[in-house]
Amino acid sequence: MTWLILVIIVIALWLVLVYNGLVRNRNRAQEAFSDIDVQLKRRYDLIPNLVETVKGYAAHEKTVLEDVTKARSQAMQATGPAKPGAENMLSGALKSLFAVAENYPQLKANENFAKLQDELTDTEDKIQAARRFYNGQVRDFNISLQTFPTNLMANSLGFTKMDFFGDLTDAEKQPVQVKF
Amino acid sequence: MANLYQYQESNIHRTWILFVVFFLVVGGLGYIFSQAYGDPSFFVFAMLFCIIYSFISYYSSAAIALTLARAVPIEKKDNPQLYNIVENLAITAGLPMPALYITPEMQINAFATGRDKNHATVAVTAGALQRLNKDELQGVLAHELSHIGNRDILVSTVAAILAGIISLLADIFLRSLFFGGIGGRRGNNNSEAGEIFFIAAIVLSILAPIGTMLIQLAISRRREALADASGVLLTRYPQGLISALQKIAVDNVPMKSAKDSTAHMWLDTPFKGQGVSWWHRMFMTHPPIAERIKALQQISA
Repeated sequence: MTWLILVIIVIALWLVLVYNGLVRNRNRAQEAFSDIDVQLKRRYDLIPNLVETVKGYAAHEKTVLEDVTKARSQAMQATGPAKPGAENMLSGALKSLFAVAENYPQLKANENFAKLQDELTDTEDKIQAARRFYNGQVRDFNISLQTFPTNLMANSLGFTKMDFFGDLTDAEKQPVQVKF
Repeated sequence: MANLYQYQESNIHRTWILFVVFFLVVGGLGYIFSQAYGDPSFFVFAMLFCIIYSFISYYSSAAIALTLARAVPIEKKDNPQLYNIVENLAITAGLPMPALYITPEMQINAFATGRDKNHATVAVTAGALQRLNKDELQGVLAHELSHIGNRDILVSTVAAILAGIISLLADIFLRSLFFGGIGGRRGNNNSEAGEIFFIAAIVLSILAPIGTMLIQLAISRRREALADASGVLLTRYPQGLISALQKIAVDNVPMKSAKDSTAHMWLDTPFKGQGVSWWHRMFMTHPPIAERIKALQQISA
């Protein structure tokens, strides 16, 4: 009789540890996902200043400047599955803007512009870093979810596999075209 | 080694094995000495002393290391490129941003210290900043951040505690022979068993400190290799660290502030220009550079 009770206690303890471990890993992955937004927001905040600086030297490059502004608002409003696509379009618009700026040596010499360019490049690096960290957390969560014997209980406890960032759809794999 | 994860796990396993051996050695020696001495109390004393002493040094490890290296703190405005590299790597690793320092040495080197990730410090030599390009610097800094992430300061402190206990036991035992503390007590034990333990204790008092140093150095080498692997997992660009290590391999600039006590912390041994004989290999704090480069190249092939 005592054996049975001991076995039940051990199994119950195991279930608690498994559940808590999965909760912890999932929360870490979810936090890592929000951290990506933190870096995206940095980019949004830098762009208006950039647009103003460029306008000062290249006011007639209206299309490029408008594209950047529009792409930015679209990206800020996008949620869920539309978000990565909107962010990619914003990256594309920024690339076009910097390409155009190459034709304006006075703009390139402007200190503010140079600083903003550096900041935006660094922000792209930070976005990449945040995504890589998120992928690491997702990997750890999926591993803990799918290894034996946790995988026996995972579904009944309500945990499902998370997706890596950058699981691009076929449409997203095409080169980015800035179109409105 | 087929891939980085396996390389990482292998180093972690070997560290654990080394620690198990270490604990067994400490336990065994404690037992032998207690039997020879007839009284386990000085084993307890040695343990407590070493734990307290080591934790004091653990808490002040950063300050001491930085002072010895004559490191100067820097902020983002002093070197934005360096700051950004470290900040981005910290985001990738999920670590808080460490404090950044530069040491005025021309040798290419770097170290990380600090008792935990919230009190972490990374220092880079001026030589490294001048002579490494961005990818190489990133590889080096990723290695250093990995030390913080893998809690290597704690690992080496625990190893130092164990080594300290053994050295202290050996020391106390040998001293007590001079002051005749053993003579009276031996009569209490079964004299044959007591004699064997006694002889074993003398032999071990001489050999054990060397043995523990070897274990400590082996642990240090495994953690360095682990930091190489973890660092590359952060940058996902092995060539950066490989290229930096290749530059370090031919770097014979001496480090003025190189000290035995802090040699293990640097990216590579600050004592340059040494040949790699068998004897020297046993006593190295870091795996030989050529071995580290080869391991990383095999993984990234």
